[in-house]
Amino acid sequence: MLLVYIARRILWAIPLLFAVSLIAFALITAPPGDYLTTFAATLAQSGDVVDEARLDALRERYGFDQPFIIQYFRWIGGVLQGDFGISFEWQQPVSQLIWERMALSVTLALATLMFTWAMALPIGIYSAVRKYSIGDYFFTTIGFIGLATPNFLFALVLMYVAVVHFGSDVSGLFSEQYQDAPWSLAKMGDLAAHIWIPVIILGTSATASLVRIMRANLLDELHRPYVTTARAKGLSEWRLILKYPVRIAINPFISTIGWAFPQLISGAVITAFVLSLPTSGPLMLQALLAQDMYLAGAFILLLCCLSIVGMLVSDILLAVIDPRIRFR
Amino acid sequence: MTTKSEIDPRALEQSPEDFASQWRLIWLAFRRHKLAMTGAIIILLLYVIGLFAEFLAPFDPNATSSSDIFHPPQMIRFIDRDAEGGWSFSPHVIAMTMERDSFTLETSYALDPDKKIYLDFFAKGDPYELWGLFPMERHLLTTENPDEHFFLFGADRLGRDMLSRTIFGTRVSMSIGLIGVSLSLVLGLILGGISGFYGGRVDMFIQRVVELVISLPTIPIWLGLSAALPQDWSPLARYFAITVILSLVAWTELARVVRGRFLALRTEDFVTAARLDGGSRKRVIFRHMMPSMVSHIIASVTLAIPVMIIAETSLSFLGLGLTPPIISWGVLLKEAQNIRSISEAPWLFVPGGAVVIAVLALNFLGDGLRDAADPYSQDNH
Repeated sequence: MLLVYIARRILWAIPLLFAVSLIAFALITAPPGDYLTTFAATLAQSGDVVDEARLDALRERYGFDQPFIIQYFRWIGGVLQGDFGISFEWQQPVSQLIWERMALSVTLALATLMFTWAMALPIGIYSAVRKYSIGDYFFTTIGFIGLATPNFLFALVLMYVAVVHFGSDVSGLFSEQYQDAPWSLAKMGDLAAHIWIPVIILGTSATASLVRIMRANLLDELHRPYVTTARAKGLSEWRLILKYPVRIAINPFISTIGWAFPQLISGAVITAFVLSLPTSGPLMLQALLAQDMYLAGAFILLLCCLSIVGMLVSDILLAVIDPRIRFR
Repeated sequence: MTTKSEIDPRALEQSPEDFASQWRLIWLAFRRHKLAMTGAIIILLLYVIGLFAEFLAPFDPNATSSSDIFHPPQMIRFIDRDAEGGWSFSPHVIAMTMERDSFTLETSYALDPDKKIYLDFFAKGDPYELWGLFPMERHLLTTENPDEHFFLFGADRLGRDMLSRTIFGTRVSMSIGLIGVSLSLVLGLILGGISGFYGGRVDMFIQRVVELVISLPTIPIWLGLSAALPQDWSPLARYFAITVILSLVAWTELARVVRGRFLALRTEDFVTAARLDGGSRKRVIFRHMMPSMVSHIIASVTLAIPVMIIAETSLSFLGLGLTPPIISWGVLLKEAQNIRSISEAPWLFVPGGAVVIAVLALNFLGDGLRDAADPYSQDNH
């Protein structure tokens, strides 16, 4: 039964991925003109002679004169074989540019998710069990402020505090000596020492909303008769709470991967830009501004796929944990 | 023998809530919600500020002044003491003069206690046209001498007054939230309504579309869409285009709320009764179902505005949303992008404070409305 559900869910992801790839391609071909017009404009600006014949040849080579649907199938055909096209700006295959940055993006998103859970679970339980205590109010206030502060503003303020009061620079993911070094244990350690700042910036708002959900759910469960029964039977309070109501109230935690993942990836773009992290966000922004379409398209496609996969994983996990879902 | 009535007198007392209409009940519940009331007042104030930006701002937000670059904020003083120890009510600020280190060429500002800049309420200042209609030149508070300036929130890298700029930013940022949400409400109402009312295959299809949109990371999509806008559009066209882009992604949440309410209401007894009574489909929807949905929709709309405001701010901050000469909080924060300018002039964060206040107030207001609109909410009685 579970396997059938998982298989169905995976099959359903295929049309979704197809739709997403269409959207991504439509987005990058939407701007008027193409990279070559931008390229020609920059050449003309710097006073170089623009060779029309050469431009036309290039246009033909990249297939810019073809109708949309043919361009799309050429592109997606290449993508399926791991060929994302060429970055015009970098004059390199896109696939050489993206993977390391995508890997760092995924690492950052996973680390943030872990942080969110690790913070939200105990705080949520505490806030529900000790409802209206000072601690509850404290976390609620922090949570509201966390929700109301845009990620980039939070990042800017942290940077300001770090520079003015501690005289240190918090941007980047690596120290200078590891910037271009090959991967090693020491580099991993360096990453771990730097990653926590973006993780806190990204994780705060997700943590805040998760705490609110956890608190509300647990409050609903705490008054159920089975809790009273368990208490009457003499179970110790903490064991009782952790063993029964928390297990039911925890459901949304799993389903959050579904919506939190797209949000994390989305928020990471801006935070990475402010903190100049070597993740996918800043390069994507640059590519979008320069109309470097294949590079931008690869990032948009991969980021969208990442959130669809996140949703898929959360649905499957939810079905594993909660039998009611897979029988529906 | 007279039997004393055993009825508890409290049972016969009538509270106003027994007769109140649904709207009155919501209002009564809402008024008890202190945070939500505070939020409502702040939001009202912000929209008033946006509406009368030209009058409330002391100066023209685009007026540059090369002698006031990165001018720090000043304190306003209301009581003026003269040399003989007497005092009078005349608001003023102490002037600051720019000094340039002859060696490093670094500029700094020092207080000049002998020089006071006097301010006046309703004084004549930079001329403007209120809402583009009424030519006026009076400002709520500006300098007596039009050649002098004062900076309550400091000045930016071109010597423009941050207070005036933040006030004008309020207009754009708050209105983009409102217009954007109205657009997504229309989309959400239509699609969510169709989905919830007809059910079946239509519902299946619309739900899949909603799922697809929700599973997309919004910022890359927004960035892609706004990068696609032609660069040569007029500021106003760009403003509306950005609003449309924001609402294209944001309608799903509203559609889900509307659909959910429709599904829940469809099986309610009063709806069945109305249908059996021969009410037309239009009458059932608009006369019977709508009134019990409106309050929920208002609450979700209020909660959707802050999302829009944050989205606009983020896009403009990255340079892909609104661009100068439009002034929005995001456009202003773009100035605070590099560490050098914020460590030199931390008052560039002021618009960020405005964003946080607006978003917090809207969240409190929305939460309060949602609780008040829910007849089963425990806090109600």
